Amino acid sequence: MQQLIYWLMHIAFILCVVLVMVLYLILAERKIMGYMQARIGPNRVGPLGLLQTVADGIKFLHKEMIYPERADLFLFILAPMISLICAFVVWSVVPFANGWVLADIDAGVLLVLALTSLGSYGLLLGGWASNSQYAFFGAIRSMAQVISYEIAMGFSLVPVLMLSGSMNLSTIVLAQSGSLITWNFLPLFPVFIVYLIASVAETNRAPFDITEGESEIVAGYQVEYSGFIFAMFFIAEYANMIFVSTLASLFFLGGWLSPFQGIPLLDMLFSWVPSVFWLLAKVVLFLYLFIWIRATFPRYRYDKLMMIGWKICIPVSLIWIFVVSLLMLGGVL
Amino acid sequence: MDFCGIFTDVRGSAVNIYIALAGLIIAAVIIVIIMNQWVGRVTLYELFKGLWVTQSTALSPKVTVQFPEENLPTSPRFRGLLALRRYPNGEERCIGCKLCEATCPALAITIETAPRDDGSRRTTRFDIDMFKCINCGLCEQSCPVDSIVLTPEQHYTVNDRGLNILTKDKLLKIGEITEDRLAKDRASIYEGDG
Repeated sequence: MQQLIYWLMHIAFILCVVLVMVLYLILAERKIMGYMQARIGPNRVGPLGLLQTVADGIKFLHKEMIYPERADLFLFILAPMISLICAFVVWSVVPFANGWVLADIDAGVLLVLALTSLGSYGLLLGGWASNSQYAFFGAIRSMAQVISYEIAMGFSLVPVLMLSGSMNLSTIVLAQSGSLITWNFLPLFPVFIVYLIASVAETNRAPFDITEGESEIVAGYQVEYSGFIFAMFFIAEYANMIFVSTLASLFFLGGWLSPFQGIPLLDMLFSWVPSVFWLLAKVVLFLYLFIWIRATFPRYRYDKLMMIGWKICIPVSLIWIFVVSLLMLGGVL
Repeated sequence: MDFCGIFTDVRGSAVNIYIALAGLIIAAVIIVIIMNQWVGRVTLYELFKGLWVTQSTALSPKVTVQFPEENLPTSPRFRGLLALRRYPNGEERCIGCKLCEATCPALAITIETAPRDDGSRRTTRFDIDMFKCINCGLCEQSCPVDSIVLTPEQHYTVNDRGLNILTKDKLLKIGEITEDRLAKDRASIYEGDG
């Protein structure tokens, strides 16, 4: 019983943290994109606009939810739930610091890959159930894209698993400990880049956001959604974005490990910093990169997107698997 | 000039060596050009250039005017909200000559006049329909006593049906409120910097 209450509190805590991060990620995105477009961004609600997303959320709650007449109502409502639940459940295996993990399971990476793939069912079902051409096109595009980039993402994680010899996320992080240069991003640099590209594509963000492509198919699978069920898709998208950033920092940037580890004086100076801070800093770094990329690059054409996925990302990650295994055989890594 | 016998073997003449050298240089230049493009593609040089553009824009100062708190400067000749002025002793200037009503191209002004108790001719009704008014300023030009004026006030709204009609009371009130600004603007115009 006590264990159950502990778990529930842990889950509630993680959910709160993720939701607050989503709130401020949305605000940060609007602010940063505003700055990059020579604007100021939202600054009216609360000091510096800090309550803007809260106000938007309340607005979503008040709005009428419109269900298309010929929509499959069950699937229509189920779809955002699948997206949201998958976006939240994946957090259960994420280690925030040494031992700070809800489910310390050995197949953590597998669970993550499975659940992120399952999350795309939300998009597919939402597009299908809406019974609208635009939503359907969005769903088709999203499926094709997610399937292609899932392969690249999976292959790009294989060298990481080979180096750490485990599928447990905590073990993967601890295997990188030592100093900054033993983090995975250095020996696995091409794979790191492939993972970044694939994660941008996985979360359907610009420049790979052809699933929503405002200029062609309005908003893709979201086009018929309104009110809070739309907000659920929205939250899921941003929670996924934070999640892939967290994964990138766990897999390649040494998770909660301090960047000053192994450097004699700095290591001492920064030993008081809680290790969860380093994870947060790395996640924020990746999130800024995502927003920066969105503010900079135009949307890829569909065929070029597929070409990058199949002809560049997958071969690079495949080749690097062989390179890493040769290096490991040679005893270099 | 013996390149390990590679070129001298061909015909043994020195000219051929120079031709071969030129060919080598051209080939090297082509290879460098191709390598340049290749290096540019692999290192994503252009993408980083784009990223730099957005980042430097993000760090540059913003020119947005925060409207309710900040305003763009207006010209002292700006033709905004209409108003009726008074003399410094409090007497209203308007003598009900109806020149403004006659000159108004949009037929926005409606005036009715009657003699006041002291025998002077005054308006009993002076309505301006702000929906019709085009802020052309012809009324101000036509006024012989400088009574009707266009104030520099540009932020005014009509929230309810009927409020678009500015009555005489309101116009006089607007005149009282904006008198100082008006005097300042006029002074700057007459000084020649307006």
